[in-house]
Amino acid sequence: MKLKQQHKIALLHRKYIQTLKREKRWVRFYQAVIFILFFAVWELASRHSWIDPLIFSSPSKVWNLFVAKLYDGSLLAEAGYTLFETVAGFILGTLFGTVLAAILWWSPLLSKILDPYLVVLNSMPKVALGPILIVAVGPNVGSIIMMGMIISVIITAIVVYTSFKEVDPNYLKVLETFGATKTQKFAEAILPASFPAIISTLKVNVGLSWVGVIVGEFLVSSRGLGYLIIYGFQVFNFTLVLMSLFVIAIFATLMYQLVEYMEKRLIKHR
Amino acid sequence: MVFLKLENIHHTYFTKKSATTALAGVTLEIGEGEFVSFLGPSGCGKTTLLSIIAGLIQPTEGAAFLEGVPVHKMKNQIGYMLQQDYLFPWKTIEENILIGLKLTKTLTAASRQNALRLLGQMGLSGFESSYPHELSGGMRQRAALVRTLATEPKLLLLDEPFSALDQQTKLRLENLVHSTLKSFGKTAILVTHDIGEAIAMSDRIFLLSPRPGTIYRSFTIPATLKTLSPFAARNHPDFQAVFQQIWKELDEIEAAT
Ligand SMILES: Nc1ncnc2c1ncn2[C@@H]1O[C@H](COP(=O)(O)OP(=O)(O)O)[C@@H](O)[C@H]1O
Ligand SMILES: [Mg+2]
Repeated sequence: MKLKQQHKIALLHRKYIQTLKREKRWVRFYQAVIFILFFAVWELASRHSWIDPLIFSSPSKVWNLFVAKLYDGSLLAEAGYTLFETVAGFILGTLFGTVLAAILWWSPLLSKILDPYLVVLNSMPKVALGPILIVAVGPNVGSIIMMGMIISVIITAIVVYTSFKEVDPNYLKVLETFGATKTQKFAEAILPASFPAIISTLKVNVGLSWVGVIVGEFLVSSRGLGYLIIYGFQVFNFTLVLMSLFVIAIFATLMYQLVEYMEKRLIKHR
Repeated sequence: MVFLKLENIHHTYFTKKSATTALAGVTLEIGEGEFVSFLGPSGCGKTTLLSIIAGLIQPTEGAAFLEGVPVHKMKNQIGYMLQQDYLFPWKTIEENILIGLKLTKTLTAASRQNALRLLGQMGLSGFESSYPHELSGGMRQRAALVRTLATEPKLLLLDEPFSALDQQTKLRLENLVHSTLKSFGKTAILVTHDIGEAIAMSDRIFLLSPRPGTIYRSFTIPATLKTLSPFAARNHPDFQAVFQQIWKELDEIEAAT
């Protein structure tokens, strides 16, 4: 009797898992359909001149250019250059933002004083600072990395500082009963409790740093994927523009996946 | 000998909108090895009083002395256990119970061994590398007690440590905490709003009246109950009489305020 019951539950469970699997298969199927359809329609439209092939290029042209540039080594050099700047800007932005948040947490008075300035800096479009940065730092890697950093640093500081402030004061009380210093309270409770918030700003910062770096490369206009885009635009080679975009999309996605992987590793106890 | 002495403690909380007087004129003395309870309705200033005794907040008036020394000058002599366990979710149980030793820079092979043995006594051996969310409420509260005891405080403050637990776990933990503290000869102050718990656990009970908090009366628990474990005390014939007496007093407090 009991055995029969168990058997029935096992059967129902198997059915449930199958339903889930079936749904996942359908999701994957439609995703593939959209992918194929998009590129097929694009290719067809371009070949039959339903869209201007000069502006919209076509998947086959983009692909051929991609392969050609991959073989002559120029693509890897440019992409590596941009990737380096982006990763550097991303890491620096997150790091300085977190350090700024720590300083604000350390001194409540300073945080009150700086509050309106942070609001202004945060709402200002930071890429507009580009020309000034380039003149001040010079048209080189330095100013482009600064662009990638500056675009994310304030928002990181604000988000992380908010999370620092929201840590349950009772955790601090526990530490205080052992006579903890401010540094110890920060290291043992404030920072680890805020890891989830820091990771979620990382996810936002991936996108922001790409924006900062590409705009920086537009302005400096000497190397990198941003330069390829602006160059392609100037010589009216939109295949080059689209190919660069394609490469950026791949890298940005990979970076995002990496952050998600880190998130899973770091926050495993929840 | 007087172990802990509170002298005319007043405390007022100031906020932008209000000034709340939480405590007014609390004076009392507690001997070494005594187990006392503060009993009173919520909001009568029990947590505030414990925080003052722990030296975490300075009273607006008056002072607390442990063995003649003002408490805020004492370092690491007073253990404080909060209403909830507040184990750090990102630390393992072992890291959690060793945090006090780490912060006070007294983490040695011997003190670590001692903490782990205590964990075993609390029935938690085998959970050293578990994370708090893998433990039940009662287990977590026991781990929090180990964390508090690991630094070997002279005085232990317990702020409604059982109030978030189910009845059965609570009764079991009362016995465990009582026997552990008695075996170490620790002085302890328990804050509670549960009359039965106060009678079962303590040697002396201070009744607090609210708004502002002050000591309304104190009771000495009869020797017949004091010597028993909390669970046995609850079942002793004398228990009901004491319960009735305190119940009446609490009623009077309510009528008076
Ligand atoms: N940080 C605080 N700021 C302002 N008022 C407070 C604060 N903490 C407690 N109070 C007030 O002081 C009184 C006593 O609080 P508390 O000591 O927590 O009482 P109990 O622990 O007995 O419930 C309450 O009226 C409460 O609102
Ligand atoms: Mg309280």
